[in-house]
Amino acid sequence: MSLTAEVARSQGALRTFLHGLPGVDQVGAEQRAAMLGTRSIKTTAKAQALDLAIRMVDLTTLEGSDTPGKVRALCAKAVRPDPADPTCPSAAAICVYPAMISVAAEALRGSGVHLASVATAFPSGQAPLDVKLADTRAAVADGADEIDMVIKRGAFLAGRYAEVHDEIVAVKEACGDAHLKVILETGELATLDNVRRASWLAMLAGADFIKTSTGKIQPAATLPVTLVMLEAVRDFRAATGRIIGVKPAGGIRTAKDAIKYLVMVNETAGPDWLDPDRFRFGASTLLNDLLMQRTKLATGHYAGPDYFTLD
Amino acid sequence: MDFQYAPAPESRSVVDIRSSYGLFINGAFVDGRGESFKSVNPATEEALADIAAASAEDVDAAVRAARHAFDTVWGPMPGRERAKYLFRIARIIQERARELAVLESLDNGKPIRESRDVDVPLVAAHFFYYAGWADKLPYAGFGPDPKPLGVAAQVIPWNFPLLMLAWKIAPALAAGNTVVLKPAETTPLTALLFAEICQQAELPPGVVNIITGAGDTGRLLVEHAGVDKVAFTGSTEVGRAIARAAAGTRKRLTLELGGKAANIVFDDAALDQAVEGVVNGIFFNQGHVCCAGSRLLLQESVAEEFLESLKRRMASLRVGDPLDKNTDVGAINSSAQLARIRQLSQIGEDEGAERWSAPCELPSRGYWFAPTIFTGVTQAHRIAREEIFGPVLSVLTFRTPDEAVEKANNTPYGLSAGIWTEKGSRILHIADKLRAGVVWANTFNKFDPTSPFGGYKESGYGREGGRHGLEAYLEH
Repeated sequence: MSLTAEVARSQGALRTFLHGLPGVDQVGAEQRAAMLGTRSIKTTAKAQALDLAIRMVDLTTLEGSDTPGKVRALCAKAVRPDPADPTCPSAAAICVYPAMISVAAEALRGSGVHLASVATAFPSGQAPLDVKLADTRAAVADGADEIDMVIKRGAFLAGRYAEVHDEIVAVKEACGDAHLKVILETGELATLDNVRRASWLAMLAGADFIKTSTGKIQPAATLPVTLVMLEAVRDFRAATGRIIGVKPAGGIRTAKDAIKYLVMVNETAGPDWLDPDRFRFGASTLLNDLLMQRTKLATGHYAGPDYFTLD
Repeated sequence: MDFQYAPAPESRSVVDIRSSYGLFINGAFVDGRGESFKSVNPATEEALADIAAASAEDVDAAVRAARHAFDTVWGPMPGRERAKYLFRIARIIQERARELAVLESLDNGKPIRESRDVDVPLVAAHFFYYAGWADKLPYAGFGPDPKPLGVAAQVIPWNFPLLMLAWKIAPALAAGNTVVLKPAETTPLTALLFAEICQQAELPPGVVNIITGAGDTGRLLVEHAGVDKVAFTGSTEVGRAIARAAAGTRKRLTLELGGKAANIVFDDAALDQAVEGVVNGIFFNQGHVCCAGSRLLLQESVAEEFLESLKRRMASLRVGDPLDKNTDVGAINSSAQLARIRQLSQIGEDEGAERWSAPCELPSRGYWFAPTIFTGVTQAHRIAREEIFGPVLSVLTFRTPDEAVEKANNTPYGLSAGIWTEKGSRILHIADKLRAGVVWANTFNKFDPTSPFGGYKESGYGREGGRHGLEAYLEH
């Protein structure tokens, strides 16, 4: 029996497995994250990191005020982030609410930029399972090729791991060929031990990506949380051979921060994860800072903010 | 994707290194009468400066200057006035932190990340901390009116040149003593820059004297009849000789000597953080740390898994140019030390332990040694008993907590130890049984000026740091 099948066979087995994972010492994890944050990435390494970070951005708008016009503008930005520089790569994906998928699908057609939709009663996840599954199926039918779901944090915190697990399995099935990113909402999980357990739970249930946050809860993505998730995907690969992606989302606004994350990926999960298929940034304002730093590196001076499009 | 970090060197132009340095006696630099020697950058073998060597006459002049300053200025000065000088020195150290960090890395070989983030901030913190004590000595628990001892002779090692200087000078001065300090012959430059800082702070002449030279100069200093107190940090072998020389004299003595610390990892530890802690415990400062966690005791039930993680982590250590901000492990301090590390590693192999070194490219010039672990080590191996003082970790295993304690304590040393477990009751239980001056729980190599530091058994006696650190410099 595979690890996934063996662990997932009952609530008891899941609990035993998740609570048998090594603990996380929060002080130690924070120190390690802080140390990696002191790496100095300059010149050629910085140029490489900035381009990679741009290729990893899931350009996101998740507002009640989103309109087709706003989404189309964002799609154009994702395809050609820097209209003045054709060598600038495209972002990885657009991430929108389900109601905006068809607009985005139209705007992105043929561009190679992925289309992600949040689903499953995002951001709280507080809806019946059949509603969540319908939400997911509709999103895929409208053209989303990536689904960002939220886990049931209440069930997780209450220790009902099987319930969380089975729901992810069901959503994964509803996704069909679409990639599933499972949002742990680490800001509500409170401890790094829980982050590690939730990461494993999501991976065991079939997640393609594990994602930190909805962006609606503070704190959103942090370096220590991402460190623990990167350790989890590294260990999961060692145990099963499967590579799961990681997506920190929310609160990453500067190129400097993004580079800290890339250093952490490089030195924790390893260079195999330095790829948009395996690591993403859920962000909106980050992209412009990446572009600004990219231009600075190429030209030697900063261009004013008006030289970068506000979308 | 292959993500190579471009070189990110700290600029060495922030520090002016003179072509030659004299001795700092009575507030001024004077020529030494001994034969001068060179201090070398261990990362490149480039000579950095000519350093004066103090002869017997020079040592005598320094001790007399210290005595005079003690009798006329520093001894009689109220503590609150002494504190002002110490605060001033601490602030200047902070202002000149970058200069001190670059110079320390150049002369010692340690990574700039460490001299910048650990050594120099701790140096400033020590002066700030003891400055605060200078006017509160009657409340330190050593009687209502504790008195300074007089002239302190202080001999320090090359592994933390400026930090060891701070550990020695800050409490001595706070307590009202004057000092003659001899830095190690391979790393005198930051001590000489500190002498300039004393001038800048307008410290009265003679309160701090810094004389340079090799072992002979150190011997002349500690054996000088005009000295009231000897403080030494270094090898147990030299410590023994100093203890013999001080026996039967009035001199008070504190010794901080070698170690062979056990870092004990239980199977219920937070393994990722324990791996970090073990790496930090032995590869911090190239393992040139007296309290380094040089013996890893692994519970057998996690040994295999842990070693795999440890090797993976070691493979990501960045060894090279100490001035590069991304370097994790720098150069071995001297060719002599490199030879000793190589010799003991060879002995480890000859005795049948299995050697594994991190795959890393070492620079062709300079003194380098790849981070290395030995597995299959037993208590009987020399690499499990002798201090290697380099980036070499001996890995042993144990089955039960009692066995771990027994092995940890089965050493002539007793400076430090580490415990890794998520179980709080186990930490308390084990820490109580370990015979080591410092026991770290779920961390390692953490230093703080408020915390006393010192050894059991052949790791020395006396404590440095904290309120306890004052005792060595007070008559009470």
